[in-house]
Amino acid sequence: MLKAYYHLLFRDLRLAFRNRHELANPLIFFVLVVTLFPLAVTPTTEALRAMAPGVIWVSALLAVLLSLDRLFKQDYDDGSLDQLMLSPNPLVILVLAKVTAHWFLTGLPLVIMAPLLGMFMALPDEAISVLIYSLLLGTPILSLIGAIGVSLTVSVNRGGVLLSLIVLPLYIPVLIFGANAVDVAMNGLSVRGQLLFLGAVLALALSLAPLATAVALRITASR
Amino acid sequence: MFKSIWRWIQRFSSPKYFYEMSAKLIPWFAVSALVIGVYGLYLGLFVAPTDYQQGESYRIIFIHVPAAWMSLFIYMVMAISAGIGIIWQIRLADMVAAASAPIGASFAFLALVTGSLWGKPMWGAYWVWDARLTSELILLFLYFGYMALQSAIDDQRSADKASGLLAIVGVVNIPIIHYSVEWWNTLHQGATVAKFDKPSMHIDMLIPLLLMAVAFKLFYAAIVLIRTRNEALYRDRNRRWVRELIEKL
Repeated sequence: MLKAYYHLLFRDLRLAFRNRHELANPLIFFVLVVTLFPLAVTPTTEALRAMAPGVIWVSALLAVLLSLDRLFKQDYDDGSLDQLMLSPNPLVILVLAKVTAHWFLTGLPLVIMAPLLGMFMALPDEAISVLIYSLLLGTPILSLIGAIGVSLTVSVNRGGVLLSLIVLPLYIPVLIFGANAVDVAMNGLSVRGQLLFLGAVLALALSLAPLATAVALRITASR
Repeated sequence: MFKSIWRWIQRFSSPKYFYEMSAKLIPWFAVSALVIGVYGLYLGLFVAPTDYQQGESYRIIFIHVPAAWMSLFIYMVMAISAGIGIIWQIRLADMVAAASAPIGASFAFLALVTGSLWGKPMWGAYWVWDARLTSELILLFLYFGYMALQSAIDDQRSADKASGLLAIVGVVNIPIIHYSVEWWNTLHQGATVAKFDKPSMHIDMLIPLLLMAVAFKLFYAAIVLIRTRNEALYRDRNRRWVRELIEKL
């Protein structure tokens, strides 16, 4: 079982690294969206700081949303998803492997990119470290919940807008606590509560979302 | 034992049987909803005392609060019947779920509109980012997502299963969304009814409110039966029982 997990995880990573520029696209998108805000609003330090947590978090959310397609779309189109479902390994484990790979390919790079954007948005140092922690806890949740949405819409033609309609409301708690943690850290207060909440949601998503995704994949495959 | 219960359930949940049965039930629900609703509105608008702080404009709660309750209640009904549809493959349950979604969305919309009409004199603005208004808005979005998914998939059975699963995921998320929004920001007055020991509400206001809640539930029952009948006719349009119905016309 563990072997199947690693096998699928490395397969997905290898496939992604063979197509490198596609790998960079969500990251460039992330930086680009954040760059738009100082241009559209004002580049003064106070204004930047006031909007920084929200802007960075919303951009991260959108970047993950746009990259969700890669979770199952290709495998669905070339039929390997059906083969995975026929394999004797529990589908939940395979889903978990695919979600892990997705997080390594989009969530983790976003986390690594975050300090740069924090500097763009004139965040103080302690807020930047909290931004990293909150993204570290939050982006896996985005991948996990997103997996449910993709597996439901992967067979729908032009399912992109539909996917965001389904997934974005479910992302709201993560957005609230992630952005709020950074905001609170900027005012020098303790962010324990916010980070603990994100951790709790992560635990919940980690245990339930793969199950829901597996059921959704079976529904999609039965069509 | 279980086999006979199962057979009994299957008989009663066949669309044909439901179609005949619901025709007898709808008038009862509709008439009682109308009677209780009119009486509740009369008590609420004319008999209940004026609020010492909010004046007459508080009277919108007799619509607003039951509508908000209904929007949540219908989401639960939707998710539970979708779950029954997925687990036991009962087609009628899927139809009830699909028929409920637009009604629930309408109630959520009604709660939002009445809430913002009340907000104008009370808070000085039609829309404020208050916690409860916001979570009601998110609930409306959840309904939209369900309906969008339902209509995006051509094959009826997988559309039912996929959107049903989404409804169940939504139910798990609703409390999380509700509390995270609550901690995020709140301006709304706290709950005044659900304190069981002593509601912080005058009894003359409470009675019409509860009457209206009952009336809204009965109204929902009537409407959901009508919509499910439509759904059954449409989905079974090529089956024999519908054909026979049409030939009788």
